Amino acid sequence: MKQPNRLEHGGRIDRDRAIEMQFDGQTLSAFEGDTLASAMLANGLKIVARGFKYHRPRGVFSAGVEEPNALVHLRSGARHEPNARATVVEAYDGLQSTGQNAWPGVRFDISAVNQLLAPFIGAGFYYKTFMGPVKGTAFWMFCEKFIRRAAGMGRAQTVADPDEYEKVNAFCDVLVIGGGPAGLAAAIAAGQCGARVILLEQDACLGGSMLSLPVGGESDACLKAMEATLKGMDNVRILKRTTVFGAYDQDVYGAVERVWDHVEVPPAHQPRQRYWQIRTKQAVMATGAIERPLVFANNDRPGVMLANAVRSYVNRYAVLPGKKIVLATNNDSAYAVAADLVRAGAEVSLLDARVSVPAELFKPLEALGVQLYPGYGILAAKGSRGVSGAKIVLLDENGCARGPSKTIRCDLIAVSGGWTPVVHLWSQRGQKLQFDEQSASFLPLKSASSTLKTAGSANACGDLNQALLQGEVAGQEAAKAVTGVVGVQVNVPRLKEAIYADDWARDLLMIWSVTREDGSTDGKAFVDVQHDVALSDIDLAHREGFVSVEHLKRYTTTGMATDQGKLSNINALARMAQLQALSIPKVGTTTFRPPYTPIAIGAIAGREQGIHFRPTRLTPVHDWHVDNAAVMIEAGAWKRPWYYPEGGETINQAYVREAAHVRKHVGVVDASTLGKIAVQGPDAAEFLNRVYVNAWKKLKIGRLRYGVMLRDDGIVLDDGATARLGENDYFMTTTTANAAKILGYLEHLLQTAWTDLKVHVTSVSDQYAAFAVAGPSARDLLDAVCSGADLSNEALPNNQFVKATIAGVPVRINRMSYSGELAYEVYVASGYAHAVWKNLFKAGASFDIKPYGTESMGALRIEKGHVAGPEIDGRTTLGDLGLAGFASRVKPFSGSVLRHREKLDMASRPTLVGLEIDGDTGGMAGSLIYDQRAQQMGEEQGFLTSTTYSPALKKYISLALLRDGHERFGESVDIVNHVGDTVQTAKVVSPHFFDPEGARQNA
Amino acid sequence: MIRINCPVCGLRDETEFTYGGDASVTRPPIDDTQLSSWMDFVFMRDNPRGEHREFWHHVQGCRQWLVLERNTANHAIGSCTLAAGRGT
Amino acid sequence: MGKYSAFSVFRHALTGNRNWQRAWRDPEPKSAYDVVIVGAGGHGLATAYYLAKEHGIRNVAVIEKGWLGGGNTGRNTTIVRSNYMMPGNTRFYERSLRLWENLSHELNYNVMFSQRGQYGLCHSPAQMDAARRRGNIMRANGIDAQLLSREQVQARLPYIDYSQNARFPIHGSLYQGRAGTARHDAVAWGYARAADGQGVDIIQQCEVLGYLWENGNIVGVETTKGDIKAKKVALAVAGHTGHLAEKANLRLPIETHCLQAFVSEPLKPLVDTVISFGGAHFYISQSDKGGLVMGGDLDGYNSYAQRGGLPIVEHSLASAKALIPGVSRLRLLRHWAGVMDMSMDGSPFITKTPVDGLYLNGGWCYGGFKATPASGWCYAWTIAKDEPHEDNAEFTLDRFERGYQIDEKGAGPQPNAH
Repeated sequence: MKQPNRLEHGGRIDRDRAIEMQFDGQTLSAFEGDTLASAMLANGLKIVARGFKYHRPRGVFSAGVEEPNALVHLRSGARHEPNARATVVEAYDGLQSTGQNAWPGVRFDISAVNQLLAPFIGAGFYYKTFMGPVKGTAFWMFCEKFIRRAAGMGRAQTVADPDEYEKVNAFCDVLVIGGGPAGLAAAIAAGQCGARVILLEQDACLGGSMLSLPVGGESDACLKAMEATLKGMDNVRILKRTTVFGAYDQDVYGAVERVWDHVEVPPAHQPRQRYWQIRTKQAVMATGAIERPLVFANNDRPGVMLANAVRSYVNRYAVLPGKKIVLATNNDSAYAVAADLVRAGAEVSLLDARVSVPAELFKPLEALGVQLYPGYGILAAKGSRGVSGAKIVLLDENGCARGPSKTIRCDLIAVSGGWTPVVHLWSQRGQKLQFDEQSASFLPLKSASSTLKTAGSANACGDLNQALLQGEVAGQEAAKAVTGVVGVQVNVPRLKEAIYADDWARDLLMIWSVTREDGSTDGKAFVDVQHDVALSDIDLAHREGFVSVEHLKRYTTTGMATDQGKLSNINALARMAQLQALSIPKVGTTTFRPPYTPIAIGAIAGREQGIHFRPTRLTPVHDWHVDNAAVMIEAGAWKRPWYYPEGGETINQAYVREAAHVRKHVGVVDASTLGKIAVQGPDAAEFLNRVYVNAWKKLKIGRLRYGVMLRDDGIVLDDGATARLGENDYFMTTTTANAAKILGYLEHLLQTAWTDLKVHVTSVSDQYAAFAVAGPSARDLLDAVCSGADLSNEALPNNQFVKATIAGVPVRINRMSYSGELAYEVYVASGYAHAVWKNLFKAGASFDIKPYGTESMGALRIEKGHVAGPEIDGRTTLGDLGLAGFASRVKPFSGSVLRHREKLDMASRPTLVGLEIDGDTGGMAGSLIYDQRAQQMGEEQGFLTSTTYSPALKKYISLALLRDGHERFGESVDIVNHVGDTVQTAKVVSPHFFDPEGARQNA
Repeated sequence: MIRINCPVCGLRDETEFTYGGDASVTRPPIDDTQLSSWMDFVFMRDNPRGEHREFWHHVQGCRQWLVLERNTANHAIGSCTLAAGRGT
Repeated sequence: MGKYSAFSVFRHALTGNRNWQRAWRDPEPKSAYDVVIVGAGGHGLATAYYLAKEHGIRNVAVIEKGWLGGGNTGRNTTIVRSNYMMPGNTRFYERSLRLWENLSHELNYNVMFSQRGQYGLCHSPAQMDAARRRGNIMRANGIDAQLLSREQVQARLPYIDYSQNARFPIHGSLYQGRAGTARHDAVAWGYARAADGQGVDIIQQCEVLGYLWENGNIVGVETTKGDIKAKKVALAVAGHTGHLAEKANLRLPIETHCLQAFVSEPLKPLVDTVISFGGAHFYISQSDKGGLVMGGDLDGYNSYAQRGGLPIVEHSLASAKALIPGVSRLRLLRHWAGVMDMSMDGSPFITKTPVDGLYLNGGWCYGGFKATPASGWCYAWTIAKDEPHEDNAEFTLDRFERGYQIDEKGAGPQPNAH
């Protein structure tokens, strides 16, 4: 295949490995080592994208992560991804890509008609219109539909990602960020000093800017020597294709490694990307610099590129994107570019905004036949679908045209406005930046950070040898700070002599935009190419008073595109400074935020996806439940059996049957999710006496007691039973939901406040399973299966426990009832739980034992008026829940003071009642209660907390919190479920619907 | 990411801990019946911009409550001690 | 001040957009005002606007340490809703939503309030019950709310994970159709321009260093631009309330915490509404520019640093993928943080303070943006009349002492749990 712009020789591509790729239906021939962008240029593609707002044609602009234009859809199907930067997409055979934000395609795009509207849709126009003729939001929302469709860039797909991601936690002494000359030198030096080093490079190859220098030159030899040195160092770990996206507090860095993103499909069991969380002691920021564009009319045309990007394409990829090239600069770094372009066969005109340039720079170029234009700049690019010429003018000190313009025919315009050191990570750490006049850039304020050092271009060091030296020093110092060893000899390769023209950090002239004499431009002159922000937009923002950088950024959206201002920020600042007659640092800068370059959401999510998004807690009997067809339900992190349908039962049929069965025979529910805390020590009784509202000092060994805890603000926190196992040994249970919280709270009390109490608390939630065995046959069943205990009512009344064995397994049997039936809780070590559970069922066959789930457990407790999560909702008091009688009047307890604040003591508070619902449909929890004489709107009198069908009462019932509830027994109230469009009536009754005397549980 | 030098377990990530708020407040004695002392303890905070002494609970480690000195303006970390050692 | 309209945009375009006027003046402070509002965020600017517009108090300055709208107004995830169920909150937030619905017209500035709806997903029957209660209270107060089944949610939001592989199954959702998103900066700019038009002085780059005192009362502020006398000084500096309250010797039931927000690269329309994930603290919407705007939990510790840590980044992005598996290959463009006044019950303050001459608006937790119009409206009322409007009557400092906590979550006096 023909590649019109590919050079015959050179480049760091593998010419033996020819590949083919697709872009917008067009076949691109390329070689391994290419990027999608270099292949586009090699194949002569000019228009590869369309602008965000005006849909002007756009070409490849850069050769790196800063690319504003060449964003494409990459791959298809489930691996489709939008907004891929062609400049960093590594070429592989079979790569599929398409243009985006254009219809029907990037070469011809209907929306280009927007250009005609440009005067009407400048900065912030949408704030001034679309309000519509009438009140409300309808008109705006109508317009917004079209705006949203037009905005956005790439198209997302909604299919699950088939690829895997991994997360790695890493530790090192010295983290070197950037594998360019300074970074390589730093890694070598730190490694030679004995530090454990991790070196990260975003590119697929080490070398950074050295890769853009001519192949086979002295820098190549130096690079090879450094790579060889590093290869021999086993204390230096090198990760390529890895971008440090953020620097966080305490020297933690986030990085993403694109492990297998340079192929269509990752190999089996390999991740696409890997997220590294790196904790280091010292870091060296050798992140390089990004070249700045110049601003002039039509500077967005395909064929306008960054000068050193063109150099990269020539030297690294052997692609010459133009034959007749106009090169414009305000600094030294374009001179080496010009030389390389001429050697590659191009005809070059070099415009330098500076009038006088050192002979070392221009003499060699004159010899090569470069036409030099000192004091000149580009006023406008010519050509609509690609550059056909450059209108050039002599400039005054403000970048305004001085005298007439003339046009040079050309097919490529390369621009250099100096360099912006990549200081994102520095800024992310909250460190200050200082404006450096010489390089006209914001630089790390020296020695402001003791753990983050900078080296090379990130420091505006423009000379290669200097960069190597800076890297060496930074690496050495970082290692020294960790190891404490001084005076270690290091040996970092160096160039024999500096190349004068390669140093860019000298003599920059702060002219970035070129305008006509009156300050206007000869067409749109873009400051932010990707967001279509022109000089005129910045001028307008200024005129309207958006004078701070933050206001400018937000009003014009400059710097907010996917390059996050990497190219546009300084030019926007310079224009602001000019308009306000201030210096650039006076105008200020915006804060850099992570990520440095966009990162895949999936990479950071890692393995925490789908069912593994959060851990799932399973009880020791989980498998039995699943084997017995239980329908499981979420209970916080737990999965619990909800109900066990028989023969196609619905949930309603199943729970009613299960609950009725418990009241008639015997049932077992898995209560292993309860929080269980061992409270031990000589002061355990005193401790319980303080945290529970009721009294604990007289509880005898072998007894257990129900207790309620309050928060310090007097609101009910939790409830549960605590058993006294021994002299100094108590076994507390908490609700499932609050288990972790209560343990932390108890530890807080003991370790921060009541340090004089000799008590230790330990979670034993995972050590024990618990099963509630409930129903008239419960005792007979346990008698049949247990050994070594007298379970008779006399020997084991309510609120006592015994130790026994089931099939040889030691168990503790608490006599207590949540269901209101004769009931026991069997506690057993988790590892034996399954065996004991199975034994219960084996022995229970003759008692017609059935498992029951949380739904019927709820029905049973509602019939008894026991409160649970829906009632203890973090806002209710003891009084609200009918538990005030539990509170001791004589002893203080946590919450005992604040529970008596004015509103918490008010008599009219909603209190717990029962409702018998009229008719044959159940109430819905969350329905509101209204007085039948009042309208069913406005503030409610109460609400339904927990509802069920009561098999025992054969009617629908509910617990509710109702204002003045206790005084309203017998009253008929309205139940309104607005969101279900139903209104019902109910009778207010005591919440103790069933067996209020407790005869059954005491049987 | 905050990394806390637990006196028991060593330097660990914040994800192993839960935050317990201002450690400068003092819990009133259990038999203190004054509303104001409990109001102060439960609700009122200095909330400084700068040096802050605060509780952290090493829930996924030694389960000790710690007192960490940390600057709320720049996240600089100071000393970290066992809460239990600070007396009542 | 010229009126903004399609016509004005057209007319100015014909003259090369050279004749647009400043959106607001840049005045030097006078020596005295009737009211000095500290903080030119949405709340402070709205307060100034309503003081002038509703109460005729125009001798007002809004002073701002940095640039107007540069704090939480310009850092939040722009969600507007009124799905509150606690007395004291319900009516206040609904007043706010009603003001939002006509705000662009009121201010003659397009704040782009788009009522694209908000889903609060439920992942268990218990969450459905809680959502039903909330929805019923909203409806009982004249606020729109629907409780949707799993099937209804699936029909409307097909891109969410309904598979067996989802860790938190979707049981249904509470839905408020009138909820939506707005353009956050435009709210600050719109109020600033409108307040300026009413004669209010907005003084930027002017930091309050302390207060002017007379007989134990506050009678003005010391600033970096000199002393400014004021009959009333009104704080509207949520996030930094603690700092300024301390200068007035006030201890408050507030902790300052850091909340992060996230935006993806811009995409063609994908999420056309606001979705709150109930399985984790996470919410997502899509801006008009195309970025997926996401938010999660607080970092959890006191912080004024306006930057968060990786644990919440991981938590939030994992939540995004758990909710919408298709976002996996999309890229995060930027994450940032704001600092929040987290109050002890999760609800705000709009009130007089124990110090005469000092008024407080703060404690907004995450809820500040949506509250902006009603906050300004009620605060203006409170300042003008020296007593609260009935809609902010509960937002007092003494509510804790009286046991009137307004705790939407039932989380108790733990600021980072709200």
